[in-house]
Amino acid sequence: MVDEAADAIVAQDLSKIYKGAARGSTAVRALDGLSFRVQPGTVYALLGPNGAGKTTTMRILTTLSKPDRGQATIAGIDVLARPGRARSVIGAVSQHSGAVGRLTGEENLLMQGGLHGMSGRKLRRRVADLLDLFGLAEASKRQTRTYSGGMRRRLDVATVLVHRPAALFLDEPTTGLDPQARADLWSVLADLVAAGTTILVTTHYLEEADQHAAKIAIVDRGRMVAEGTADELKAGLRGDSIVIELDGPEGAERAEKVLVEVPEVTASSVNGSVVRARVADGRRALPAVLSGLEAVRLGVRSVTVARPSLDDVYLHHSGRSFRQAEGMSAA
Amino acid sequence: MKATRQAWVIFTGRYLRELYRQPTVIFIALLQPIIWLLLFGALFKGVSRIPGFGSGSYITYLTPGVVIMTAIFGSSWTGMSYIEDMGNGVLDRFLTAPVSRGALTAAMFAYQAVTTIVQSAIIIGIGWALGADFPGGLTGLVVLIGISVLIAMAMAGLSNGFALLTKQREALIGASTTLVLPLTFLSGAFLSLRLVPSWIADVARFNPVHWAENAGRIAAAASPAWGTVGSYAGFLATAAAVTAWAATRAFRTYQRSM
Repeated sequence: MVDEAADAIVAQDLSKIYKGAARGSTAVRALDGLSFRVQPGTVYALLGPNGAGKTTTMRILTTLSKPDRGQATIAGIDVLARPGRARSVIGAVSQHSGAVGRLTGEENLLMQGGLHGMSGRKLRRRVADLLDLFGLAEASKRQTRTYSGGMRRRLDVATVLVHRPAALFLDEPTTGLDPQARADLWSVLADLVAAGTTILVTTHYLEEADQHAAKIAIVDRGRMVAEGTADELKAGLRGDSIVIELDGPEGAERAEKVLVEVPEVTASSVNGSVVRARVADGRRALPAVLSGLEAVRLGVRSVTVARPSLDDVYLHHSGRSFRQAEGMSAA
Repeated sequence: MKATRQAWVIFTGRYLRELYRQPTVIFIALLQPIIWLLLFGALFKGVSRIPGFGSGSYITYLTPGVVIMTAIFGSSWTGMSYIEDMGNGVLDRFLTAPVSRGALTAAMFAYQAVTTIVQSAIIIGIGWALGADFPGGLTGLVVLIGISVLIAMAMAGLSNGFALLTKQREALIGASTTLVLPLTFLSGAFLSLRLVPSWIADVARFNPVHWAENAGRIAAAASPAWGTVGSYAGFLATAAAVTAWAATRAFRTYQRSM
């Protein structure tokens, strides 16, 4: 056995195949030997398109699902062998809310505390503190079905914190929230991390991972394709990105077709009316890129040579842009 | 001990609160049996004059039948709340907390018991107002209500287990409507089994709803045969225990499938 004491979360060689539920449907390999370690008191972000295996990983680590192969420990507890004990040290927020709509915010928290064996004045005080911390004190007596998306998400996190878990698992906690609500949630999460909580998070917002995660893993098709700090990942990419903004998405699509033919371009992706092209040396490749676009008379709004972004990292490692992969699996 | 406390927390902290915050649900739950009593009471009034029906008015015969029927109708839908919980993340919330799976089943059973007791008592009251006769007195009626709780639990366990295995609203609706009406008609709720073809009477002997029906009616009548009532109650308690066990086990299958 490896020494798990130092890491808050350890996933080792996790593999899982979903057998087709309907007759004739094919089995889906959700996880294919995924391993990673998360240090205590840090944020670790799992990135990847839908279907990459992020949610399956979350479900396994939070005892909701079992892998076909592999091991997992949280705070030294073997998740697969002792799921009951693991549950008492984790807080899990799934993509869906989890709040009971006809209970008030306060009642949801009190019930959660009760399930963890807490009671009396101690529980009441803890609940009041959490509602305060998440800015929900005023709404605490209202049924949660009347909450806005941002309030419900904050309540979800508050609820699973009642028992002071060592590790927090947040599956797309900010999806669908406006920028202000996202920033609010992250500011509370940052405080929790500073106080020693470990957070494993999945997100669709690369910039969130860039800003808040101590370490980032890019997962695709059930496998880890890259891991490191945001800076490490970006530094690991040699070369630059040429970012070209066109008149509209249609122009961007056409521009990408042109760029693919330019020898200096190693990869490319489209996002709206913006095309990104990976090149070894931005300044040298720029003339070739521009003359390629000139030849087909595309309306170019702006061209910049940029440091690699996380999207470039994703593009480099999976051969697809993050957003392209998103679109593909959403279709 | 821990599981009992957890079941209590879910039962009082969630189910009872949800119930009294939905007055329409309560209203419909009370209205339905009243319609059954009035409708079937008028529809089958002549049945009691058929030779071989036995003594007494039809409403006296019908009231225990509607008590049992209402109990299984209501409880056959309890799985729906699990399916809703799957969709909105509530079930995952419970399953990732250190909650005993037995406590989840027990909370649902407790909720089912409370609603069935209230419903049964109200139906008995209305039946009495419509002229039903309960020579068995208070003891008989309490036993009738107890029997209705047992059959409701057995049905709730079935419904919950089915919901966890299929995870589909449509499947549960289909199964519930397919199962509940035939079981009711094959139970003697509306018509004494002495008047039906003998094969139906034979089938009915294996029908738990018939056990409940029969036990409840005997208990409410004059000088009940307590031995018969006791053995029916024993069968029903066993059925409830088996479905409770199956519904609790179904959580494991549910998680394995996710």
